Amino acid sequence: MKIFAKDRDGKEIEIEGREGWTIMEMLREAGLPITAECGGACACATCHVYVDEEWAAKLNPASDMEVDMLDMALAVQPNSRLSCQLTCSEELDGIKVTLAPE
Amino acid sequence: MSEPIETDVVIIGAGPAGLFAVFELGLLDLKTHLIDILDRPGGQCTELYPEKPIYDIPALPIVTGQELVDRLMEQVKPFNPTFHFGEMAAGLTKLPDGRWKLTTDTGKELVAPVVVVAAGAGSFVPKRPPIPGIEAYEGKSVHYAVRKMESFRDKNVLIAGGGDSALDWTLNLAPIAKSLTLVHHRDGFRAQQHSVNQMRELVAEGKINFHVASVKGLHGADGQLHAATLLHHDKSEHQIDVDSFLPFFGLTIKLGPIAEFGLNLNENLIPVDTARFETEQPGLFGIGDIITYPGKLKLILSGFHEAALMAQAAFHICRPNEKLRFQYTTSSSNLQKKLGVNG
Repeated sequence: MKIFAKDRDGKEIEIEGREGWTIMEMLREAGLPITAECGGACACATCHVYVDEEWAAKLNPASDMEVDMLDMALAVQPNSRLSCQLTCSEELDGIKVTLAPE
Repeated sequence: MSEPIETDVVIIGAGPAGLFAVFELGLLDLKTHLIDILDRPGGQCTELYPEKPIYDIPALPIVTGQELVDRLMEQVKPFNPTFHFGEMAAGLTKLPDGRWKLTTDTGKELVAPVVVVAAGAGSFVPKRPPIPGIEAYEGKSVHYAVRKMESFRDKNVLIAGGGDSALDWTLNLAPIAKSLTLVHHRDGFRAQQHSVNQMRELVAEGKINFHVASVKGLHGADGQLHAATLLHHDKSEHQIDVDSFLPFFGLTIKLGPIAEFGLNLNENLIPVDTARFETEQPGLFGIGDIITYPGKLKLILSGFHEAALMAQAAFHICRPNEKLRFQYTTSSSNLQKKLGVNG
């Protein structure tokens, strides 16, 4: 599956997503400046991304834990998600995400 | 200024690696002082995931971040370390006698032959909202903590966030502020329910304002705010009068002054050798998540191992004329005496 990830400066790169890995892991592996300081434990809100509207609706809804954690993220929008809580799968092939400001 | 504190080892960071270093150094009769910017021990374990279970600590099939720290505190108790909480290691210099002098951001000075950097990913600092020009107002009209409530009396106060800090200060400052506006990105809060209920009552009584919105712009001059622009989800904007802005989005980690310690950092990590866990500067050691070496894993258990080896090397620097006697806690009456247990 492919992930189209837009950096904070607007540059978009295409990343090959690995089934079962999180989008946060793929963004980090691709060298994008995503902090993810808790390492994927849904405990820090520093892997915050905006999911393109057309994709946002197709995702599993955020868990209570993720919704709570997003309260600690900056510049949250209705399409905000924590990328450590999004798992790569064929259904998400072509997903577009943008790194939120830090 | 008060006299510098002299000790054997100064440890920067009171997370799991720093705490276990107290234990390993203590077995070798080395006294320790720890500095941490947080107001309690545990670092990321207590700040980021106190309630979350950890499954990869040897012999503890499951333990939460807070329990792990509580147990480490119990384990180091016999060695009576001194904690300097709420302080950041700000400067490090080498003295003519070969010892290190570490200065904290409150001006405290600690002198020791050995300094151990166990700072994890760095210092916890408040998250700064990405609002253009916010830096210019920090300290004067943008505050990340409330030090004196009185300074908000008769002010137009804007609070952003949805956690306990945001709600607690909304409730505390509402009676003394001229006006108080709370903004949050959703009409739901992670804060305690009773605080949320109280906040909603104040809104219903017209005593405070609440908007589902974000702060888009700040307006003022010479560090003094006059107004803020709020952006609503329907993209509409409106401006409100603001004298003081309090953003409460929790903490994030920045490397901070360690970057200025003259270490040859590799992607914000400190290279060390794997026999002594010493940096390229003699007497300056590193353990835990902040260090790098071939094969390094950022695991708590790795930090424990690194602390044990570091302590052996640190002993020879602190006690150059003494012979290190390697002993086991199970059989050494000497070590058991230090631990306060019966041999």
